[in-house]
Amino acid sequence: MMSDQAALFEYLLRLGDNALILGHRLSEWCGHSPALEEDLALSNVALDLIGQTQLWLNLAGDVEGRGRDADKLAYLRDARDFRNVLLVEQPNGDFAATMARQFYFDAWHYLLLRELTGSKDSRIAEIAAKGLKEVTYHLERSREWVLRLGDGTEESHERMQTALDDLWMYTGELFETDEVDQAMIRSGMGPDLSTLHEPWLGLMHATAEEATLTLPQPGWAQRGGKRGMHSEHLGYILADLQFLQRAYPNATW
Amino acid sequence: MPMTTVTTRPSLDEIRGWLGDVPDPEVPAVSVMDLGIVRDVQWSGDELVVAITPTYSGCPATSVIAFDIETALRQRGIENLRIERRLSPPWTTDWVTEEGKRRLEAYGIAPPAEEAGGPSPFERLLRKPLVIACPRCKSENTRRISEFGSTPCKAQYQCHDCLEPFDYFKCI
Repeated sequence: MMSDQAALFEYLLRLGDNALILGHRLSEWCGHSPALEEDLALSNVALDLIGQTQLWLNLAGDVEGRGRDADKLAYLRDARDFRNVLLVEQPNGDFAATMARQFYFDAWHYLLLRELTGSKDSRIAEIAAKGLKEVTYHLERSREWVLRLGDGTEESHERMQTALDDLWMYTGELFETDEVDQAMIRSGMGPDLSTLHEPWLGLMHATAEEATLTLPQPGWAQRGGKRGMHSEHLGYILADLQFLQRAYPNATW
Repeated sequence: MPMTTVTTRPSLDEIRGWLGDVPDPEVPAVSVMDLGIVRDVQWSGDELVVAITPTYSGCPATSVIAFDIETALRQRGIENLRIERRLSPPWTTDWVTEEGKRRLEAYGIAPPAEEAGGPSPFERLLRKPLVIACPRCKSENTRRISEFGSTPCKAQYQCHDCLEPFDYFKCI
């Protein structure tokens, strides 16, 4: 069985990597968004997530005790060592795909952080409380876009429906528990992820209905990100994200 | 000109007064004290410890704020000081002072409209949006353009009466 310390490190990597990879994906929109307001908004959400990444990964480095800080963990690990869920590494696609991905993630992220504010590890509870305030706005915004595009023009409706359908298979992984999650539940540090599924689905159904969209049926779930088995997209993200530190090791501003 | 050296230790009130003159780098109309970013000022022996908290986790201004505070205090002759970052309790707009709110509005930014400890987000998602008054003409005939503005702490609105766009300082 995995030691509690090792499980905690893994768990913190998952939290940090989810925020890092989604934050990076959103930053790819900077300068390319459909409108200036959206450009600013996407960059701001990215910034929040990168800020949260620093908190989670610095804590992961402390727990590991091998002298790695957030920067070292972000810039010097290979794809197989990343622990983010597959959903966050999916390409931006069109604006509907970006907002559907965000809505699926934000609702889960919100529910997870809310649980983590009650973690027995006060360091986790503090970061979660900070992040929760930010994620509340992320969720409000991504939900509004799902409504606006779903209940918009024929084309926007179709694009949002396609985005919900295409990304659905990546949502199953969010609620699965493995030995790392079990260790966190045992020590009172993290919630049982399966308990988040019902409130998450409730919000999804209510939103889809209001947006005149159809929520996909439960089905085959893609999984593996939490254990380091990623889609090919992650390699391309890391090529971009890590280039500078790989080409010029230890470069600083 | 050489910096003056402090011979008698300045009082904490005096130091807070000095920090009241340090502007926020992104919203210079208000000070770091007005925004509630400075959480604590204490002497620890001969060392002055100033605790600050970030408004948002990724706020790029946090390190600039720490630098500005350090510069301001050194100019006042405080040599031995440490800036401590504090995450908990997390920053809330409830800590923005009344004076800070007044200054924000005078600067053209609508101040936070409700106490941050309001409804939980799942409830908030399903209710009518808040009415935010235009900081210029005070009209309540406004609409939200985006949940985010020029910095993470603001949202963008537009006034239908005077037609001006404006920033709103969000409640968190």
